[in-house]
Amino acid sequence: MSPDPAEAPETAQAAEAAEARETAAEPRTAPEAEQGRRLSPVRVLDVDPLLDDPGTRIVVCCGAGGVGKTTTAAALGLRAAERGRKVVVLTIDPAKRLAQSMGIDSLDNVPRRVKGTEGGGELHAMMLDMKRTFDEVVEAHADSERAAAILANPFYQSLSAGFAGTQEYMAMEKLGQLRAKDEWDLIVVDTPPSRSALDFLDAPKRLGSFLDGRLIRLLTAPAKLGGRAGMAFLNVGMSLMTGTLGKLLGGQLLKDVQTFVAAMDTTFGGFRTRADATYKLLQAPGTAFLVVAAPERDALREAAYFVERLAAEKMPLMGLVLNRVHGSGAGGLSAERALAAAENLEDPRIVDQRDGKAGLRNSPDTYGSSPPPASETAVAASEEGSPADEERSVDRLTAGLLRLHADRMQLLSREQRTRDRFTARHPEVAVVEVPALPGDVHDLAGLRDIGARLAAGRPEEP
Amino acid sequence: MSRLQVVSGKGGTGKTTVAAALALALATEGKRTLLVEVEGRQGIAQLFETEARPYEERKIAVAPGGGEVYALAIDPELALLDYLQMFYKLGGAGRALKKLGAIDFATTIAPGLRDVLLTGKACEAVRRKDRSGRFVYDYVVMDAPPTGRITRFLNVNDEVAGLAKIGPIHNQAQAVMRVLKSPETAVHLVTLLEEMPVQETADGISELRAARLPVGRVIVNMVRPEVLDAADLELVRTVKRSSVGQALSAAGLGGARGGGNAEKLVDPLLYQAAEYAERYALEQEQRAVLTELGLPLHELPLLAEGMDLAGLYELATELRKQGLS
Repeated sequence: MSPDPAEAPETAQAAEAAEARETAAEPRTAPEAEQGRRLSPVRVLDVDPLLDDPGTRIVVCCGAGGVGKTTTAAALGLRAAERGRKVVVLTIDPAKRLAQSMGIDSLDNVPRRVKGTEGGGELHAMMLDMKRTFDEVVEAHADSERAAAILANPFYQSLSAGFAGTQEYMAMEKLGQLRAKDEWDLIVVDTPPSRSALDFLDAPKRLGSFLDGRLIRLLTAPAKLGGRAGMAFLNVGMSLMTGTLGKLLGGQLLKDVQTFVAAMDTTFGGFRTRADATYKLLQAPGTAFLVVAAPERDALREAAYFVERLAAEKMPLMGLVLNRVHGSGAGGLSAERALAAAENLEDPRIVDQRDGKAGLRNSPDTYGSSPPPASETAVAASEEGSPADEERSVDRLTAGLLRLHADRMQLLSREQRTRDRFTARHPEVAVVEVPALPGDVHDLAGLRDIGARLAAGRPEEP
Repeated sequence: MSRLQVVSGKGGTGKTTVAAALALALATEGKRTLLVEVEGRQGIAQLFETEARPYEERKIAVAPGGGEVYALAIDPELALLDYLQMFYKLGGAGRALKKLGAIDFATTIAPGLRDVLLTGKACEAVRRKDRSGRFVYDYVVMDAPPTGRITRFLNVNDEVAGLAKIGPIHNQAQAVMRVLKSPETAVHLVTLLEEMPVQETADGISELRAARLPVGRVIVNMVRPEVLDAADLELVRTVKRSSVGQALSAAGLGGARGGGNAEKLVDPLLYQAAEYAERYALEQEQRAVLTELGLPLHELPLLAEGMDLAGLYELATELRKQGLS
């Protein structure tokens, strides 16, 4: 496979051009290209043992937005169910199509059985309704009169309808509830589409510590504090603060906050305790985190942050799911050679010279074009007897196929570099690559297919 | 042309990139634009290949023709302290508030306050004038939260206005809302030619319209080049394998007979073409859906070399060509 431009002196120019392109572009030889796609230095994540292990009770899928997190969660849930487990998938904000792909037109806050699964297990799916979840928490912990007062409080209504942190908190809350029920073998959770994936870990603590914290005590119990000795300083701080907040937000709001917090506090204090319990649940041995990403710079950067953060929090990371990875069945043909070949076909001068089957002679692979000597061309007649313009359109098409392939190879090497950058930073993380699909998932079969690809560990080549 | 240009889009569609390219495009010919980031990801710094930006407006790029792009990553905590300082001359007391968790409370938990601070800062930049009475920035481009949250984010002032019925936050919210609902503002949505982002774009537009927020344009990002056209794709389905093999061979890729190098390429190449055809059909469908939305539709090419600073200028030029600035 060694290029030998000297063989065809009349096309030295073309060969030179090809060589120039070769140097200008990323220098990659064919064997390198093939080797590059192997996950040699990286551990391959084996999904099935994880899903089959009865010890695995929770799988959390996290990662940046738009990387196929929810689809991955659904596909994993289906696969686990079809391998015999009783599974519930908790999604946060699934696209309509995804809900429909599980045969459920509208997911809601209650797990619904997904019909049409194969095998002995069961798949249930639900979508987090954060307001409903919050309401349930209130209703479960307060007597009906108090609950009504809280639910009617404007501060509560805003908070529960989804401001920063609530969604994350409620996702954790729901997860805790589902786990406590012990009705399912496995809970697969999709995380909220936060501005940063890290919010999922931070927000519950923040909300918990706020609702349980010093500020709230100051806001709700000024009398108590004032009565104590040595609290004069705090008292000053407090009046300064309530004063400022009052000015800033308007007195009514502050009063609403105070009544809201008081009601919350007396009915089911210990938000932090709940947050801590869920947090511990995530660190427990039955939990597995999967970081989901696409082979793009931003998504993988986010994934790297998340990997580091999970390690710092002692959360059990199982591996990285790399979605939408491209492959090629013709990985041995580099982008540069494909482009050079496409140019040969598109150059009418060369096409004119090619009346017959130039390629039939056993020519070695060359970079430059090497039209056959005239004598050879004259001998070979067209096998199919196709007219010249049909041949021309096949040439045009073939050139297109080659350009398409060149694009694919460039994409492949870019994805490769991006992934390598991640694995260099985190060689300890097991990776599973899921090939890109041309279209979206529409049904269980589509999810099943993704599940199979997830379990295969590496892209299938056609 | 609206002076506040809000750019939203589903996660993964490249809204930060489009916002940055738009800021560059609008800065051409001696204009000055401010690019604001509200989600604290420092995506702008990464795009412009500079270090993370502190909370201040800094020149980040020069546009062709002498224009300037400034950037600001709004930190809600600092914005609140800023605000308190401006209106109440708080000084050290601000730090005390921070210690007590009041700032954290206000910017994290308090309903919508965080969002008022973020949108408020952007609106302040839109209205800011210098001593001679001219606007400091010709345009302000906001890299806004994703489509799913954009209406709530922009409309949050309404909610705060309902909650805080009096007081400076109330007034601030009212003022901000007036800017956001006026023709001074345009909300653009970035999408890809894929089903889910297109669906989300359509939903986002209805939500924005229901909230009477001004919808601007739909920008399709990362549009793949058309390598094979409809005629080629027709031919892909009927062409003889052997003819493709012969053409490959003629192009210098080895033997066309069974087992030859060119012959071995035929199947994988045709397979890739079939994948392309499937995607092509899907993209055409999605393009039709987007056209139905009845908004100005723009397309930005997928950059073959990935996104970098040069690519950003390329996209800015493209946006100008398409009349976005």
